[in-house]
Amino acid sequence: MDRQLLIFATICYLAAVIRTIISFRARIFRRNRFVFLMIALGFVLQTAFLYVRGHALRSCPITNLFEVLVFLAWSIALIYLLIGPAYRLSLMGAFTAPLVFLLQVTALFAPIDTPRASPIAPNPWLEFHASISIIAYGAFALACVAGAMYLVQERQLKTHQLHSIFYHLPPLPNLFSAMTRLLWFGFILYSAGLISGFFVNEPLPWTKIALAIAIWILYGAILQGRYLGWMAPRRIATLCVVAFAVALSLLWSIEFVGHHA
Amino acid sequence: MNFFCFGLNHRTAAIEARERFAGHPQSPALLRDLGCSEVLLLTTCNRVEIYGVADANIANEEIAQSLRMDDGSSSKDDLEAFYRKENAECARHLFRVAAGLDSMVVGETEILGQAKRAYAGARASGNAGPVLHRLCQRAFRAAKQVRSKTQITRGPVSVGSVAVDLAEEIFGDLRGRKVLVLGAGETSAKTLRALASRGVSDLRVSNRTPTRAEELASELEGIPVPFATWLEQCREIDILISSTAAEMHLLTPPLLVPILRDRADRPLFIIDIAVPRDVAPEVNEFDGVYLYDIDSLQEIASESRELRRQQLAAAEAIVDEHVADFQKHLGLSKSRMRPTKECPARASGELRTSEL
Repeated sequence: MDRQLLIFATICYLAAVIRTIISFRARIFRRNRFVFLMIALGFVLQTAFLYVRGHALRSCPITNLFEVLVFLAWSIALIYLLIGPAYRLSLMGAFTAPLVFLLQVTALFAPIDTPRASPIAPNPWLEFHASISIIAYGAFALACVAGAMYLVQERQLKTHQLHSIFYHLPPLPNLFSAMTRLLWFGFILYSAGLISGFFVNEPLPWTKIALAIAIWILYGAILQGRYLGWMAPRRIATLCVVAFAVALSLLWSIEFVGHHA
Repeated sequence: MNFFCFGLNHRTAAIEARERFAGHPQSPALLRDLGCSEVLLLTTCNRVEIYGVADANIANEEIAQSLRMDDGSSSKDDLEAFYRKENAECARHLFRVAAGLDSMVVGETEILGQAKRAYAGARASGNAGPVLHRLCQRAFRAAKQVRSKTQITRGPVSVGSVAVDLAEEIFGDLRGRKVLVLGAGETSAKTLRALASRGVSDLRVSNRTPTRAEELASELEGIPVPFATWLEQCREIDILISSTAAEMHLLTPPLLVPILRDRADRPLFIIDIAVPRDVAPEVNEFDGVYLYDIDSLQEIASESRELRRQQLAAAEAIVDEHVADFQKHLGLSKSRMRPTKECPARASGELRTSEL
């Protein structure tokens, strides 16, 4: 039952991706209501999946890598639905849908939905720590999306090759502002997640702690670089994309280490 | 019931003729006296058109006379500049006009606002009735659909509008941005005006000949800046428009490096419309510096014009659909479409029936 919900959610995201591709091929780049609605429907189905799975587990459904990926995709969709319309970031849905779809497909098709050997005792601090950290990842993912949009727009301006998409992407300052706010939002949540980790009161592998701190330092350094003027906006945008790729790899490692610890 | 359009535009008449037949506040009343039950006068800098509803035919000479700004009589040459379209052709013409397909710059959107204002004026004065109401509402719908379903309005088509579009992408809101014009030429003045129209209020003008800088600054409510200090100004400004007659590059990477250090991460948009160029192309390599020369700007404008041209067929198809639907809606089947009597000029083949 719960996997069916997830499959339907993935179909919604697939529809958003296909619509995006069709629009891009037709050189139509304006904000698409269909894409927004598909993401919203996918989000509702994901929420239902997490509810059903959480009810069965009697805890927050982030007990294995499969659930973590779904929770991450859910977080990205949630933050997009919250900030996308607020910042009038037209086209962000077009960039977000493929990312969420990829996470969902990976979760569905990779053999990672393996139940834990030993059930975890209920621990509110652990659940808070894990869930808030993954939502922070969702914010970092959206900062990555805004960064990618910034790089596309900046590249067109630099090379003087203005494609139709140029007139539909938000101006550079708007993208940079959204990127910075998402970085701050993600960093604050991630810091809260990291601090709460010390209250979990369970033995955690040192590698997991070291990797988590490494991600925190990475994003902290980007924000520091931005506010001290060490890096031009284009470099910040590049780092947003690179940092999320690194953070996603490390998240995988953290879960892998955690699962095998 | 028959409706018609009678007028002239930038293709059929020179500006002198358009000025002579520009129409005046009494024109609709004169046409009502001639037998029109409904009248709408559409005047823009590129066209003067009367849309009328009448049971009987009204001669072209009489309509032309009602548009005349003076008391003179219209010659044969004058009448040749006019076109007349009736019923379905009239509807098609108005739909094309409202959608910007008949404009000098294809796809321009200002005409829709002008048409709406003309219609609102006719309604307010009681000159527009049910036929013109349906005709205009359908024209506005067709125009909206053309704009939303095609890319006919997409992209800037002049150097000034390209510069404005680029500036808006680089800076977002242009209000509060600072612009320096180096060399007060005609193109730089036009570009400056285009930027001023989007809210840029801090305009600085620098020229080797101070009087020319003062003239342009005064015209655009800017401030003249001594030519010797233009490089220092680059620490503060956001947009530099350069068009001097210098034979060597005025702005090179070694000159720009210390300036960029003081600018933190504020972008600098340089529009170099001088030939030979005032700014070394290597300047574009710096982070946050966007350099466009006249060729780049013209190429973008030309690509936009080409894109619009490619969209024409799709736009015309939308107009055709609306014309067919409008005919159906009004019951303007061929049997019911009763053409008014041929006007003398038309009968003798002297009147242009098409602008194209």
